[in-house]
Amino acid sequence: MPDSALVDSILVLPFGDFPEAVSYFVAGKVEERFGRAAHVLEPVALPEETFVPARSQYSSTLLLRYILARIPKTESSVIGLTDVDLCTPVLAFVFGQAQLGGRAAVVSTHRLHQEYYGLPHNDAVLLERLGKEVVHELGHTCGMVHCQERRCVMYFSNSIREVDAKQDTFCPPCARLASATL
Amino acid sequence: MRSKPRILIVDDELIIRESLTDWLMESGYEAQAVEDGQKAVEQVKQAEWDLLLVDLKMQGMNGIEVMQRVKQINKDLPVVIITGYPTVDTAVQAMKEGAYDYIVKPFNPEEIDLVIRNVVAHQKLVKENVYLRQELKRRYQFRDIVGKSRKMQELLVLLKTVAKSNSTVLIQGESGTGKELIARAIHDTSPRHKGPFVAVSCAALPETLLESELFGHVKGAFTGAVSARKGKFELADTGTLFLDEVGDTSPKTQAGLLRVLEEREFTRIGGSEATKVDVRVISATNKDLEQLVSRGQFRDDLLYRLNVVTITVPPLRERPEDIPLLAEHFLTKYSIENKKDIESFAAEALDLLMRYEWPGNVRELENVVERAVVVAMTSVIAPAELPDIVTGESAPVKRAAPEAEGHELPLREVEKRHIMRVLHAVSWNVKEAATKLGIDRTTLYNRLKKHGIQRPKP
Ligand SMILES: Nc1ncnc2c1ncn2[C@@H]1O[C@H](COP(=O)(O)OP(=O)(O)OP(=O)(O)O)[C@@H](O)[C@H]1O
Ligand SMILES: [Mg+2]
Ligand SMILES: [Zn+2]
Ligand SMILES: [Zn+2]
Repeated sequence: MPDSALVDSILVLPFGDFPEAVSYFVAGKVEERFGRAAHVLEPVALPEETFVPARSQYSSTLLLRYILARIPKTESSVIGLTDVDLCTPVLAFVFGQAQLGGRAAVVSTHRLHQEYYGLPHNDAVLLERLGKEVVHELGHTCGMVHCQERRCVMYFSNSIREVDAKQDTFCPPCARLASATL
Repeated sequence: MRSKPRILIVDDELIIRESLTDWLMESGYEAQAVEDGQKAVEQVKQAEWDLLLVDLKMQGMNGIEVMQRVKQINKDLPVVIITGYPTVDTAVQAMKEGAYDYIVKPFNPEEIDLVIRNVVAHQKLVKENVYLRQELKRRYQFRDIVGKSRKMQELLVLLKTVAKSNSTVLIQGESGTGKELIARAIHDTSPRHKGPFVAVSCAALPETLLESELFGHVKGAFTGAVSARKGKFELADTGTLFLDEVGDTSPKTQAGLLRVLEEREFTRIGGSEATKVDVRVISATNKDLEQLVSRGQFRDDLLYRLNVVTITVPPLRERPEDIPLLAEHFLTKYSIENKKDIESFAAEALDLLMRYEWPGNVRELENVVERAVVVAMTSVIAPAELPDIVTGESAPVKRAAPEAEGHELPLREVEKRHIMRVLHAVSWNVKEAATKLGIDRTTLYNRLKKHGIQRPKP
């Protein structure tokens, strides 16, 4: 992708048959929050080497590596989107993962669905949660760390309750940090 | 002060090191990882860390061994053990060996987040406490004795002077006022501090046993004396012997004690040779020895030998200024001991502590604070977390509120309160209360009837 217009923009990379409409929703949310252009890339098949048989989950760490290897260094940040359940070697599950101050991030909708918690499907709830997690992980690529403010998007949510309790915006101190690094 | 807590990871698997480091950095910690115990030990020697996360199963030194090595360098460094195989045994062993906690791999994100936050909060408390304690120590503390009241400050001055000498000391004071604490402080700051400090409770043992406890016995001295045994006087040689509740000794034991104090020698029970000892005697009593002497229950020549210097410890109710300081002192002590992050007392709770009479003195205060720390739901101790007796729910014995002071109470009321206070202090032992009040038991019963005083239901 040699197009120079893509530099400094944010790329949205859907894996497998991730719904296209949702990818565009993410692109819109990212433009709104980071004030940078976002482009949805062609979907790519989920690399099977990222599957961890012992855990029956996919490794977000390996997925990040895959993204980094695939997208040339000159490009700007990439946010991978998937529907499979993600884990890391130390964490039982993650909603997403990012390279702190780096270029790549990934978010899974697997545990953001109402169905996962035995509730009826709800698109609005799913998109709201996804927006928060995407902004959160991209915040990490900008070098931002977790915030203690429960309503701030950079608050570390380790349960769906905490995802729901926060907003998809930065608290004032985090917003200042974000605009300084962007 | 550093703003970011520093965490050192020890794990022999590269992928774990990387992924844990990343996650911790994202969470705003400073994290570094090493692959074995040797490197961990080097890191702990070189830099300051707030927490170590150590994998249990590793090639070479295992997690427990790493923890032991690290604790030798810095015993206060919290170590959390990471285990992939959660058996109860390893968990128990890890905790027994001094781990702060353990977590099972792969971690539930919520759990590890909580564990780390707890450690960090706890560390902060420990550090603040170290600072506070230094402050406190400088101003109102000598060894473990806390007190800012004039009475206690004077007592400390006397104590420091006495410690330098070799004189025999008698410590008088109600139960729980800190007599043993003071005896230890004297020993610890005396020229004998390298020698032993040996304590004997004279009230705890029947006469014959007490004698052999103090002086030792030879083989066959009495039935049961199957081998020779050293007494406390011998064990305390070159150090200090603390005779607690010395008022409770029999005439025979008193004679023996007198001889040691006069001749600096004693004979084992059943033995014939006298043994010389170099012992400083500090004794303590919550009884009025003068009164016992006048009743013929205590030898006046022994009292004369024991009270070369007398230190009288005032009851807590006579130095209420010390209550907040002591309460604070015990709060920090027990927060740390119970790994709880408790900061202070609510104003009303402190007020209740100030108003209560404390018949059991500092020991009672210490117990009340310890219990409050254990049951506390938040970082501030609330009145509800104090026992009923202190909050007045069941206590007949309360000091009047400060604004009521200066009001003259009718004599009858004064008498009633005084009787109740004494009864409470001796846990309703009527015989003892009567002795303390200087009246006989029948008179006391009559007064109880007159004032309508009834024993509170437990
Ligand atoms: N001034 C003080 N500062 C700090 N702690 C104190 C103080 N006075 C007493 N304590 C604590 O109160 C408790 C009781 O003290 P200690 O055992 O010395 O009392 P005691 O006078 O020997 O009581 P008893 O007559 O019942 O044996 C101990 O835990 C002691 O550490
Ligand atoms: Mg004692
Ligand atoms: Zn995060
Ligand atoms: Zn924030």
